[in-house]
Amino acid sequence: VCIHRVRSCSSIRFIKSKYVCVFDKSALKFSHQQRLFRTSAVSCGQIVQFKLSDIGEGITEVTVKEWYIKEGDSVSQFDSICEVQSDKASVTITSRYDGIIRKLHYSIDDIAFVGKPLVDIEIDASKGVASEEDVVETPPMSHDEHTHQEIKGHKTLATPAVRRLAMENNIKLSEVVGTGKDNRILKEDILNYLAKQTGAILPPSPKAEIIQPLPKSETVAAAPKDKARKIPVPVSRPIVFSGKDKTEPVTGFQKAMVKTMSAALKIPHFGYCDEIDLTQLVQLREELKPLAEIRGVKLSFMPFFIKAASLGLLQYPILNASLDENCQNVTYKASHNIGIAMDTEQGLIVPNVKNVQVCSVFDIASELNRLQSLGSAGQLGTSDLTGGTFTLSNIGTIGGTYAKPVILPPEVAIGALGKIQVLPRFNGKGEVFQAQIMNVSWSADHRIIDGATMARFSNLWKSYLENPASMLLDLK
Amino acid sequence: MVLQPSLKNCLWLSCILRTPKAGFRSTASGARIVQSVSNDVYQNLAVEDWIHDHIDLEKQQVLFLWRNSPAVVIGRHQNPWQECNLRLLRQKNIKLARRRSGGGTVYHDLGNVNLTFFTTRKKYERMENLKLVVKALKALRPQLDVHVTDRYDILLDRHYKISGTAAKLGRTSAYHHCTLLCNADKLVLSSVLKSPYKGLKSNATPSVPASVKNLFEDDPSLTSEMLLDAIAKEYATQHKIDHHITLINPADETLLPGINNKTNELQTWEWVYGKTPKFSVSTCLNMVYKDSVLDVKVNMDVKHGRIEVCNIDLPEQWLPPALYSELVKSLTGSKFCPRETTTLATTLLRMCPQDDELHSRWNLLCENMIMLM
Repeated sequence: VCIHRVRSCSSIRFIKSKYVCVFDKSALKFSHQQRLFRTSAVSCGQIVQFKLSDIGEGITEVTVKEWYIKEGDSVSQFDSICEVQSDKASVTITSRYDGIIRKLHYSIDDIAFVGKPLVDIEIDASKGVASEEDVVETPPMSHDEHTHQEIKGHKTLATPAVRRLAMENNIKLSEVVGTGKDNRILKEDILNYLAKQTGAILPPSPKAEIIQPLPKSETVAAAPKDKARKIPVPVSRPIVFSGKDKTEPVTGFQKAMVKTMSAALKIPHFGYCDEIDLTQLVQLREELKPLAEIRGVKLSFMPFFIKAASLGLLQYPILNASLDENCQNVTYKASHNIGIAMDTEQGLIVPNVKNVQVCSVFDIASELNRLQSLGSAGQLGTSDLTGGTFTLSNIGTIGGTYAKPVILPPEVAIGALGKIQVLPRFNGKGEVFQAQIMNVSWSADHRIIDGATMARFSNLWKSYLENPASMLLDLK
Repeated sequence: MVLQPSLKNCLWLSCILRTPKAGFRSTASGARIVQSVSNDVYQNLAVEDWIHDHIDLEKQQVLFLWRNSPAVVIGRHQNPWQECNLRLLRQKNIKLARRRSGGGTVYHDLGNVNLTFFTTRKKYERMENLKLVVKALKALRPQLDVHVTDRYDILLDRHYKISGTAAKLGRTSAYHHCTLLCNADKLVLSSVLKSPYKGLKSNATPSVPASVKNLFEDDPSLTSEMLLDAIAKEYATQHKIDHHITLINPADETLLPGINNKTNELQTWEWVYGKTPKFSVSTCLNMVYKDSVLDVKVNMDVKHGRIEVCNIDLPEQWLPPALYSELVKSLTGSKFCPRETTTLATTLLRMCPQDDELHSRWNLLCENMIMLM
């Protein structure tokens, strides 16, 4: 029974691999039957020894540097098998056959010899050994288009599996753009071609739309009066999707994040949000920007936000504290090391500006410039990335208004700043004016911080920013 | 745009002719000379890939001329930690690229000229190409003492290497490329090509260091442009074609469909670092802590650029055992990369008790570990 199964589906490559898997699984379970399965599998195909072909320049031996396949993998003709090196030349060896890799004759760094077997490939006995030529001989098919191998003097390269896929979907290979090596047509090319074709079969008249069987989700959109609107019609032919799920282990930085975030969620968070009118600050920054530039520093809004936060922390030091593991002691940190969440290729990193309580807005801006350029070059050191006591996350540069930031242990509070939007607001006289509005979302550790404290801190911070001149009164 | 394979080649031919000369198109051109307008090493390497994959070299051979802004280029099977000073590269913002051909490591800047000779597999002939280059140099400046060695190097004044060679062979096509030093920064070259990393053991292809010299030193009137032109002229003569160099833009997706994917792939960490053959690091960190020096033995196995095995021999209780094992567990599987290790280490520190002493030990250890990368 099993022999019969293999023979009937060996010509369709993607189904073949599924059956190969079944064999492997059953082979594991029934050890005494294992030999039975194996011999039956072997008798289905012929093992061919694929020899290492001539490299040129009289070279007789090469070093195997990388295998692209392993034993048991399916290969198609022209797939890369391995990379070998000889005297400054790197050579990609490609398969001459379709089949399954049964044996690798060399390990990495072994010397391989020209003319000697490189791999053993099991090919389907019914197909026979493929010829040395570039064109693959296909089994006889009734449609001329599909055996159409020569187009204007060029040979269409495609494996039998790809040709079958094309035939099943009534596609002329001559109309498909090949993106593989030597313009070879790959499965993806057929699928791309199919995807484009679905667009082309839209019916021209609304009447036709009603007649066509529409899926449930499309019936809502069906407005037959509107000729201009094209309602996608489901294709009657089966669409083949060949995308595969990809599983990767969680490593390195991600692993560390998993730990930190799991710990962070043990903290009972509460949120507090508000809206800040930055109209005056925007104006102030415009005035100060050129002055900072003369001194070689780019001035953004962050230095103001950071300094205002530090002034607030002087009044509400519990927000700059740390709770120990057993929740026995609260440590009020003397330094305001305010962290700025940065998004990098690695993920989230939070460098901090040290001792903001003794820094001027300009000092902070200058330090931010330094951290930002190191951050984008991926060269931030451990001292810049540790020792933070309070964090601000300017997610608004990417977008968004309100957020629910997660506290970064061992801190007890964090603020997320939304984007600055121009919105209509009422002034004291009841007139509407253009206001520069930014939203802030705070999260705090409810074990030691209560809502009132957070609200008062936020109000103070807000007052400094809405009326920047008031910061002058409290600057140390 | 749906194109038949034959049309695709035609599009390439017609699109890139700047000033189509009637005579040029009608002659059976067995070869063509193209030059990149970009100085980005990744874009230029991507062009090589593209020509290798898409052009039918049976119809015409190609000579590709290119120069790069400062970059270090390692061979396909090399180990960047063994070959160059990665720390210095990062500091100086010098790019690191891994090419697809074999061979050793080279430093590129605008004073270095790159030549790629594309032929079919059958017509792959490195010696002929190098002799062509020497002939061109001699035609330009007859007094230059240049010759080709049997290691496929070109030497100036019998002693100094001015060109290194590498090659890539595919199923039907092949390319041989080489460098040529006109006026490169020799100080930067020697400093970046010296690896500070100790205790590395690997089977990666090692580079053979050589004394180098710029052609400019023998003849200050020479420029890179002159060299490119002279070589193009000699190539044109030998292939009996017009001395016409076509300029191509490696960012042009219409002309070179799929080129941006190739450029992106060459810049991925997985390609540049991840393709390093398996290697091990066995060294000793000399950590200065308070008033003493700690000798800490470190052993790591790195595969695909990731730490497979990690052993750090710390004095007992120097770090709380739980924390130490957390560090080792996190390092295992992570990239052998300072960025990743820094982020990892500083993130893990959030989980530690808030002890200044502990923090300074942790930071010290991590900084020393990062120096190995």
